[in-house]
Amino acid sequence: MSSLTPQEIVEQALAASTADGAVVYVTDSSEANLRWASNSLTTNGAMRSRQVVVVSFVGTGSGTAVGTVARTGTPDVAELVAASEQAARDAGPAEDAMPLLTETPPGSGDWDAPAATTSIDVFAEFAPALGKAFGAARDRGELLFGFAEHQLASTWLGTSTGLRLRHDQPTGRVELNGKSADFSRSVWAGVGTRDFTDVSVADLAAEVAQKLAWSANRIDLPAGRYETLLPPSTVSDLMIVAYWAMEARDADEGRSVYAKAGGGNRIGDRLATLPLTLRSDPDAPGLETSPFQVVGGSSGSSSVFDNGMVTPAVDWIREGVLTNLVRPRSWAEKQGAPATAALDNLVLEDPSATATTAEMIARTERGLLLTTLWYIREVDPQTLLVTGLTRDGVFLIEDGEVVGAVNNFRFNESPVDLLSRATEASRTERTLPREWNDWFTRAAMPMLRIPDFNMSSVSPAS
Amino acid sequence: MAGKRSVDESFLALPLSALADAALTRAVDLGCEHADLRVERIRTQTVRLRDARLEALADGEDLGLAVRVVHEGTWGFAAGVVLTAAEAVRLAEEAVAVAQVSAAMNTDRVELAPEASYDGEWVSAYEVDPFAVPDAEKTALLTELSEQLLAADGVEHVSSSVMQVKEQKFYADTAGTRTRQQRVRVHPEFTASTVDRATGSFESMRTLAPPVGRGWEFVNGDGWDWRGELAQLPELLREKVKAPSVEAGRYDLVVDPSNLWLTIHESIGHATELDRALGYEAAYAGTSFATVDKLNTLQYGSPLMNVTGDRTAEHGLSTVGWDDEGVAGQQWDLIRDGVLVGYQVDRNMARLRGMDRSNGCAFADSASHVPVQRMANVSLQPAPDGPSTEELIGGVERGIYVVGDNSWSIDMQRYNFQFTAQRFYKIEGGQLAGQLRDVAYQATTTDFWGSMTAVGGPQTYVLGGAFNCGKAQPGQVAPVSHGCPSALFENTAILNTKTEGGR
Repeated sequence: MSSLTPQEIVEQALAASTADGAVVYVTDSSEANLRWASNSLTTNGAMRSRQVVVVSFVGTGSGTAVGTVARTGTPDVAELVAASEQAARDAGPAEDAMPLLTETPPGSGDWDAPAATTSIDVFAEFAPALGKAFGAARDRGELLFGFAEHQLASTWLGTSTGLRLRHDQPTGRVELNGKSADFSRSVWAGVGTRDFTDVSVADLAAEVAQKLAWSANRIDLPAGRYETLLPPSTVSDLMIVAYWAMEARDADEGRSVYAKAGGGNRIGDRLATLPLTLRSDPDAPGLETSPFQVVGGSSGSSSVFDNGMVTPAVDWIREGVLTNLVRPRSWAEKQGAPATAALDNLVLEDPSATATTAEMIARTERGLLLTTLWYIREVDPQTLLVTGLTRDGVFLIEDGEVVGAVNNFRFNESPVDLLSRATEASRTERTLPREWNDWFTRAAMPMLRIPDFNMSSVSPAS
Repeated sequence: MAGKRSVDESFLALPLSALADAALTRAVDLGCEHADLRVERIRTQTVRLRDARLEALADGEDLGLAVRVVHEGTWGFAAGVVLTAAEAVRLAEEAVAVAQVSAAMNTDRVELAPEASYDGEWVSAYEVDPFAVPDAEKTALLTELSEQLLAADGVEHVSSSVMQVKEQKFYADTAGTRTRQQRVRVHPEFTASTVDRATGSFESMRTLAPPVGRGWEFVNGDGWDWRGELAQLPELLREKVKAPSVEAGRYDLVVDPSNLWLTIHESIGHATELDRALGYEAAYAGTSFATVDKLNTLQYGSPLMNVTGDRTAEHGLSTVGWDDEGVAGQQWDLIRDGVLVGYQVDRNMARLRGMDRSNGCAFADSASHVPVQRMANVSLQPAPDGPSTEELIGGVERGIYVVGDNSWSIDMQRYNFQFTAQRFYKIEGGQLAGQLRDVAYQATTTDFWGSMTAVGGPQTYVLGGAFNCGKAQPGQVAPVSHGCPSALFENTAILNTKTEGGR
């Protein structure tokens, strides 16, 4: 990496700034990954990177203008600062202008420590274990596919108002996809992890083997509405869609599923019949994430002026009632409402739920048990109707037992509407979203029972 | 090979040859059968306005280097950002270490299809470097156009943005290839919205201009009539708000190129990627129904259907001089007279299929990612003497004309898809009879393409495309264009999305 430390880059950039205010952050990242198909390696990699971002704030006659410039590698700090300031001078006054923050949020890490790093060595035990699982699958006439990734990102954020904040973010995931040799049966298991010490290849392979065994009996069902058990991974993918739509400004302006007919937003409305709480918490065990905001560009849901803002735990939905929306300080001030920030984790739970997912399966007379969802896309923002497909295991439950694997379906549903129709939730457990895990891996969700899930058409894909 | 321009001197001034020599020599010393090095600089800028006020102007530059090796038959890859010979050597060593750790999982020896060696430079076709245009000029143009839209009756909100990319690549490998390339692309977009607070309903209408491999001249109107399109947008939005909800059923569809490009992308482009057909994307992006046992026999669609893969089309987002394995750009057939006849491949996939040569579909979206098989410009060819869009509509008794892309989704073998659009028009007796709301079309790939009974002529052909097609793990984005004419599809299933969402 550069001869300059990240801390030195932050200090040099702030010292070089001639703007009315500046935010500088440096993120050092390291990453290692393995990918495999048909019981053999396909690609792999070990990558290191450094991103340097300078946000300059320049007063104009009618407000404050902002310029953001980002560079990877070892940029010339003085040039970077000058480019950022020129960008600010070229911009008009920012609508989200607020005074830069001065108060240090709790939970910031050790400013002076070097970057936390990972390397291919994180897989020193995992890779041989996976090679062993490949052999076992081969012996059964089955194929394994998947991906394992570990990243460590250290971020140092400094401001002209004196903040010096640091956060280390580990992110890891494993996805294991098992198929029969003719590809006609396909199942999936996945986990999120911070350090791979809690990942068991044997457990994942066993889950895949069990689901492939369930798939031995094939049952064809037509499109229609079915009682459906949504396991935690599918619930996380749907709740992430609901979470990403929680911009207060869109709702206040009348163009969101969280907008109220007649004006204003739906905070205070009951969205779920069950006492479900949807929350984010930087200290959620196993799902820890940054306790402060780092923002490179403003949008309706975040603001560069809020860099360094504390990100405390937030209940978005509390006991079934919409409680908060994502609101930068500037919009919060305009609306006379509290500022809130989106966090990089999400938990859904029914505090009264005691059932395990296995117990919910056992008390299902007849219904579908899904594994994961795929290609979820918004169809109608007004209702947050989304379409997508089931993937890697739709199982039919009869009299509390899985009796076979069903064809895949396309669905059309709204995650907000599903909350209102869920009739039972299991205990919450850590899960890995399937659809969105490129961007979002930190989630804990229950299984949900939906009495009338809309399977719009059959998908022949397996 | 060279375009009108040269690669920027600031990129060529980087120590490209020294980095290549250091990395490749070290890789050979460590016993690698193959090694390649890429140095990439990717400049990006997004200017985004909300209601005619600048929301964000984000300017980024990503510069790094990557070494990929084949060591004892196993891939290894390492990437970094420090452009020194010492770092290039370290990356070669790390790539070998990655290969050694991974060897425990590898049972298939990597071998690459041969390719001639090249030493050259290539620059895409553009007139005005978007990064040479002052930010203030860009912001002023978007502000002016947004304000005009906002002033129109019924328009309550306007979002506007323009994304710009300049991509520079140096590639070198142990077979002796050295290439230097530069590509530019832009994507301007405007969305007008209206809100009815009393009912809590809202609606939007977005411009149809595609992302293109052109420079800032495209934003200024060279290749697209911006001001003309923006002038029509408010009335189109007002009509959409008042439009009746569609009656679900089966209709004949005339699909405009502004919508059909995305259907091609999902149901043909991804389905004819050989890595998917062989299972290499099975855990993530999925496989393909178009498996290799069906090559030259699968009736993909109507005999009117001719689809090409192309890495040479002018202004194409996937157009290159050489791919990220040093393979020269080519054009070839994927579907001929409705029959599957080809795939998109990289050098490893070509070797697996016993092909003499890759058709040049390796791409990495930055130095920090390994090249994977990515899409060429995949395009449906027009009928040489084919009808106009109006003539296609004129032949439909009861149908729907589909304009502009919106939501899209397809299953992991590329069978079952569902698409929506910016505008749907009812066709009655060969005439457009106003817009419809709440429409989605849903079909199975081969049924849909088999139902194509007329293909428009060259006068209807438009090169559409996407800036950020996602694939691979870790995830990568790739730009890709799809050209197509208007076309007629008979008896397609239409859903009412309000009914789908209701209980």
